[in-house]
Amino acid sequence: MSATTTTDRQRFPGSMRFLHWLMAALVLTMLGIGIAMVASLGDYHSLVSIHRPLGIAILILVVIRFVNRQFSTLPPFPATMSSQERFVAHASEILLYTLLFVLPLVGWGMLSAARFPIILFGSLHLFPILPHSVMLYAFLRKTHTFLAYLLFLAFVAHFGAVLFHTLIVRDGLLSRMAPWLSRAR
Amino acid sequence: MAPSGANQESKATNGRELPSETAPMEKHPAPLTAGSRFARLTSIGVLLLGVVAAFLYLGGWFSPQKLTPGRFADEFERVNGIHSGFRRNHAKGLCVRGFFDSNGQGARLSKAVVFQSGRVPVIGRFSLGNGDPHSTDALSTVRGLGLQFSLPDGEQWRTAMIDLPVFPLKDPQAFYDNLVASQPDPNTHRPDPAKGAAFLASHPETARALAIIKSHAPSSGFDNTDYNGLNAFRFVNADGASTYVRWTLAPVQPYEAGTGASPDKNDKNFLFDGLIASIHQHPLQWHLVMTVAQPGDPTDDATIPWPEGREQVDVGTLTLDSVDSEETSPARDINFDPLVLPAGMAPSDDPLLSARSAVYSQSFTRRAGETKEPSEITPSEVRK
Repeated sequence: MSATTTTDRQRFPGSMRFLHWLMAALVLTMLGIGIAMVASLGDYHSLVSIHRPLGIAILILVVIRFVNRQFSTLPPFPATMSSQERFVAHASEILLYTLLFVLPLVGWGMLSAARFPIILFGSLHLFPILPHSVMLYAFLRKTHTFLAYLLFLAFVAHFGAVLFHTLIVRDGLLSRMAPWLSRAR
Repeated sequence: MAPSGANQESKATNGRELPSETAPMEKHPAPLTAGSRFARLTSIGVLLLGVVAAFLYLGGWFSPQKLTPGRFADEFERVNGIHSGFRRNHAKGLCVRGFFDSNGQGARLSKAVVFQSGRVPVIGRFSLGNGDPHSTDALSTVRGLGLQFSLPDGEQWRTAMIDLPVFPLKDPQAFYDNLVASQPDPNTHRPDPAKGAAFLASHPETARALAIIKSHAPSSGFDNTDYNGLNAFRFVNADGASTYVRWTLAPVQPYEAGTGASPDKNDKNFLFDGLIASIHQHPLQWHLVMTVAQPGDPTDDATIPWPEGREQVDVGTLTLDSVDSEETSPARDINFDPLVLPAGMAPSDDPLLSARSAVYSQSFTRRAGETKEPSEITPSEVRK
């Protein structure tokens, strides 16, 4: 078995790494826009006009990413990770996937319940997915904020865990997902 | 769940066949010294705190004086009290239905479907410009009309207009400061005149706008007055050419000056009752007129009127032929956000537009979750 093959087995496939980093950029942008937009007057309209289509893009991408994952071979966890750590890592992955799927849907749903037009670009707009109810809107609007903060905290935990593995444990965890080519060994 | 299965499968494969490859990068990194480990842990902590701080900074957590939609709504609530289920401003209202007949003349200004020849359904709401849903009608109170045009391709156009010829406040900060100045004094329960005078002294554009407003005597009712969009918008036609416009609804019903005092001292809803009576007699109509800006006309300041003689384009006729209490009309639950626009209409650089959109949304979100109290104009009042 060649050294290159060995290295490849330790890494996520290219398609998974591409989707991971693309979505990381989009989701961080989205979280920043989201929290800035609700506190903004002058920039509110421009930000919300990006927020809607970007949210739908993330919804589509997370579906593609999930399907792609089902057809991909995942690298093993580093041996340095205990079974408890593997459980936590796996649970946090499920949480992140779920939030990336549910958060845009709640956004779409809340605007649907308010019968507010969901404009993507120009005259292109989405159909409503929930019945007209302002009480439902009010509930989903709060849910949207709550889930967004939860997603942000999940991101901070994920980032912290990767930093810990990279700087303290030094087990090469990051190289499994790194966009660059790892050193051949 | 499948990801778990995949991982376990990988682990199993790993355990059986690739025992030496479980720690791929550095199998035995040299142990960190206590000092180095501490420095690295500190760096991680600083990085994570930095990320959280950047996020909170974007959310305005470190600028408590910054004007936000939430602080705007709070100030409306301080001035008016909280009236469960009602709009934070323009709280007292009555809903209407009808249609808009476009004559096609607007198509050269904007490619919006609403300006192609034809009829689109309209739902709307007349209102008084204050935050008390049970206020006594007065001719001097600003009158408002919010409309939603439902276009055949599923797009919407929403607009919220008032009967003033210019808007007295030029930007969100001026609006907020005026609101603070109008807060009732806890002892007299009236706004402090000194604060109002101080606001005018520091806002000459408001004083100039008020002079224009005072030169227009209010009409006798909701049905025979102009309603003005005031903020400029940018229209884009099918050739991609942009034009700045302001719009006005000009009543077909003849103007009649209000007589100053309430005509019927016993009816605190005389303006709304007058509207109900007149719409029961015959449909009410307005011409929708677009005023087209010339280069140099201010598009970012609604306190300044555009010069006389600007081109005016009558783009069609609004007909309102039925009336409903808020309690029985879907218009109660519409946020007449001025930036719900079809393709072909876009905001200008007027800072009030985005701010209105943001604050209306905040008001809508707050009232949406509250118990809906009965409207002052009840369904039985509408049937009289």
